[in-house]
Amino acid sequence: MKSTPRPQVPGPAGPRAREPLPSPSDWTFALIDDYHRIIRETASRFGLDTYPNQLEIITAEQMMDAYASVGMPVNYRHWSFGKEVISTEKNYQRGHMGLAYEIVINSNPCISYLMEENTMAMQALVIAHAAYGHNSFFKGNYLFRMWTDAEGIIDYLVYARGYIASCEEKHGQLAVEEMLDSCHALQNYGVDRYRHPQRRSMAQERALRVEREAYAQQQVNILWRTLPKTHEVAHEEAKKRFPEEPQENILYFIEKHAPHLEPWQREIVRIVRKIAQYFYPQRQTQVMNEGWATFWHHKILSTMYDQGHLADGVMIELLKSHTNVIYQRGVGERGYGGMNPYALGFAMYTDLKRICEGGVWRGKEGEGGTFVPSDSHQLKEDQEWFPDLVGAPWLTVLDHAMRNFKDESFVGQYLSPKLIRQFRFFAVTDDEREEELRVAAIHDEGGYRRVREMLARQYDLGMREPNIQVWNVDVRDTRTLTLRHTRERNRPVADSAHEVLKHVARVWGYPVRLESVDETGKIVEKLDALPPKTK
Amino acid sequence: MAHTDTPFVGTVIDRRNQGGRSHGNRERFLKRYKSQIADAVRRSVNGRDIKDLANGQSEEVRIPKKDISEPTFHHGQGGVRDMVHPGNQEYVTGDRIKRPKGGAGGKGSGGQASDTGEGNDDFVFTLSKEEFMEAFFGDLELPNMARTSLAETPDFKWHRAGYSTDGTQTNLALVPSWKQKLGRKIGTGIPAKIRDIEEQLGLVEALWKGRKSEIPEGSDEYLWLRAEYEKVVADLEKQLQVLRLRLEKIPGLDPLDLRYRARQKVPQPYAKAVMFCLMDISGSMDEERKDLSKRFFTLLYLFLTRHYERIELVFIRHHTQAEEVSERDFFYSTETGGTVVSSALELMTKVIEARYPSSEWNIYGAQASDGDNWHHDSGHCRELLIGKILPLCRYFAYIQVATPEQNLWEEYQVVARSCKHFAMRKVSKPSEIYPVFRELFEKDKS
Repeated sequence: MKSTPRPQVPGPAGPRAREPLPSPSDWTFALIDDYHRIIRETASRFGLDTYPNQLEIITAEQMMDAYASVGMPVNYRHWSFGKEVISTEKNYQRGHMGLAYEIVINSNPCISYLMEENTMAMQALVIAHAAYGHNSFFKGNYLFRMWTDAEGIIDYLVYARGYIASCEEKHGQLAVEEMLDSCHALQNYGVDRYRHPQRRSMAQERALRVEREAYAQQQVNILWRTLPKTHEVAHEEAKKRFPEEPQENILYFIEKHAPHLEPWQREIVRIVRKIAQYFYPQRQTQVMNEGWATFWHHKILSTMYDQGHLADGVMIELLKSHTNVIYQRGVGERGYGGMNPYALGFAMYTDLKRICEGGVWRGKEGEGGTFVPSDSHQLKEDQEWFPDLVGAPWLTVLDHAMRNFKDESFVGQYLSPKLIRQFRFFAVTDDEREEELRVAAIHDEGGYRRVREMLARQYDLGMREPNIQVWNVDVRDTRTLTLRHTRERNRPVADSAHEVLKHVARVWGYPVRLESVDETGKIVEKLDALPPKTK
Repeated sequence: MAHTDTPFVGTVIDRRNQGGRSHGNRERFLKRYKSQIADAVRRSVNGRDIKDLANGQSEEVRIPKKDISEPTFHHGQGGVRDMVHPGNQEYVTGDRIKRPKGGAGGKGSGGQASDTGEGNDDFVFTLSKEEFMEAFFGDLELPNMARTSLAETPDFKWHRAGYSTDGTQTNLALVPSWKQKLGRKIGTGIPAKIRDIEEQLGLVEALWKGRKSEIPEGSDEYLWLRAEYEKVVADLEKQLQVLRLRLEKIPGLDPLDLRYRARQKVPQPYAKAVMFCLMDISGSMDEERKDLSKRFFTLLYLFLTRHYERIELVFIRHHTQAEEVSERDFFYSTETGGTVVSSALELMTKVIEARYPSSEWNIYGAQASDGDNWHHDSGHCRELLIGKILPLCRYFAYIQVATPEQNLWEEYQVVARSCKHFAMRKVSKPSEIYPVFRELFEKDKS
């Protein structure tokens, strides 16, 4: 893939601004343009490669709407999005949202929303964060390059919304809602983790649908054919399992093989699955993506300040916001809610830069600022842990880190002992067979690697979600669909699994079973669900 | 001067006027939890003051979180798991920590795991006035409504129909007219020219200022330059003046520009309806009973005024005598005496005869009483109902706000047996009012 060569060092700074940009608290379109221009110039000095930007001003209400429909500008209608709007509104009224009010869409052009209520300084922050930070991440990170189609997503959502609306007209809101409910219950199991999807435009998508429907039905019919076969063939087939290999994409399996779904229902399964697939990279790169955007809004805006473009008042407001965004509560503190991805990601990129440069800049970076080198202990530690990074150009190192990792491997690769000490990380093992929890590792010489490994695993989606796959279909008799849950360290599925199974049974149309097997392959738990009685 | 740089291609799009997109989603959510919402509304109505009810305040609704959760596969408690937390204060490797209450998970990444265990807190949200009323009365209607008077007196409704070039002064639409004017001005090209010249002026001035400081004042070059500068400025200003004059000559608002809001008459078939509210305020009606009947009529009043644009209400109250009163007096005034129920019915027939010919009007009646009547009168009531009132009425509902069955109840039962469109119910506590009300006005009553 061709791309412009990326700079190893930041490009030269332009002339110092004669006076800072005006900073009234109310923004204007012209001002946004002025700020944007300078943000763009600054970003290009650092070689941030982005999709073209499209900034859109929207109201708080619209922001909440967009927030609720999984952050997309268009989406099909479903009650759960209505529920989301309501709880988002409540959070907003209570002032719980903070900078969370920034939505950016991985599309080409990349759309960033600016909320009407923001001050000029906040608009600048959001532009730097979303339109240059997230945008360059979307364009550069390998997961996004592989899995998401920035060109086609808006088109696809328009198509999905239209299709689902037409289904509601034809088959009734209730039937469509039930179908969507069931698919939503399985949407995390509607992604291919390794295979590569094809890219299609909306027109192609439409044309293909007709073909697909006909073909799918034919396939399903072959599978479920009830005509007697010759004895030999039947015997041969009885030995074979179906599917021959376990299938991780449950929704895909249902779309292709559920016996009684109507073509429109299969299409709905497909739509939910496609959208889940689109979001799959985002779920795997929260720390990396938010950290990257936060690192760059900080870098771009402080560079602008150093160049005289930002007034002191603006900078103070920005820093205040920035500090809130990267605030990490400790485990005992009130309101502790786990890791703050902004905090960890920002700290990691910042730390990478420190490792490369062998120290940090106080005040201005470059001429006029002071460089504080790391002490010899620190240098030795960096040398030991990251021999390839010390002395390497930081821009190149960060760019590489952004492109080629996901949260799990990013943390596994780059979390430094210094950060483990700084965050005072500790790892706790919770074994149900023991009375008490055990502290497995802390921020000391013997613990760094353990902590890093365990934190990395915490970001592994494969570990966060139970491993459940399509195991078998009793093709010849009861048509029971068996899902198999392979237990990871003997962790069971939560009770909600039974509700999910009912959804599976509803779309499958026949009994569904969930078997849990332990690490030795022995079945330790079974859950069954029957499809609802048909009228 | 940032603006004189190369034009910037940044795109800022204003989407604020495009409205929200989630309305359909909220509707779907409300529809899905209709029964829970209806329950919540019912509970709140029982506890509320009549006045609040009439004001139609927005309503908070609570639904247990577990009822609206969307199930997914996730890890439950048990097995072995590791968690990494920040902010270690005291622990060293190998320390034992007491398992936090509420399960093994404790705090941390498994935020979802907890919503299966407890889920006791409610999902709370607020219904708007309209939604509240919809939940309250959504599936109720006046039974047997017929479009009685159509042909003779066609009714019209005015609808907005864009803008037109003629109309009356009162309908003048300022913004569109102004736009026409602006368009015309811009169309002449003069404003653009003015802007052009102003820009040139600025440039020349900047140029002069720049050069001025470089050359010694009073030198030949200086003088020559100043003369040049003044000449150019004078020339440009003259041009400006001419243009401004021309611009002024363009009239502010030409009659050509004027736009008026257009309205269109749309014929509207409609059904005229009148509801008679008959309330007993005799001495036997104690405060509690009065409160019950007032609650009933408040509901009726809200229901009718919210759902039917054209409905007339006639309020009649009675002790030994009946009188027609205003809405205010009906609900708030206090006055008592003995009881002759027929007096109210008599008055109702009189009012019908005088003002509401049944050929044109859908006539409804609702009556509340404690069933205590002067015993010679109850038979008369039945005769009045069967003979005079019910033949004219689409529907007549009676509620008794006390349990004892006296002779009025018995007589009315006779009526109910012979007339399908007569309904009667008993109510003894506020909480029964709403269900009874619903029973009386449910859609598709068979």
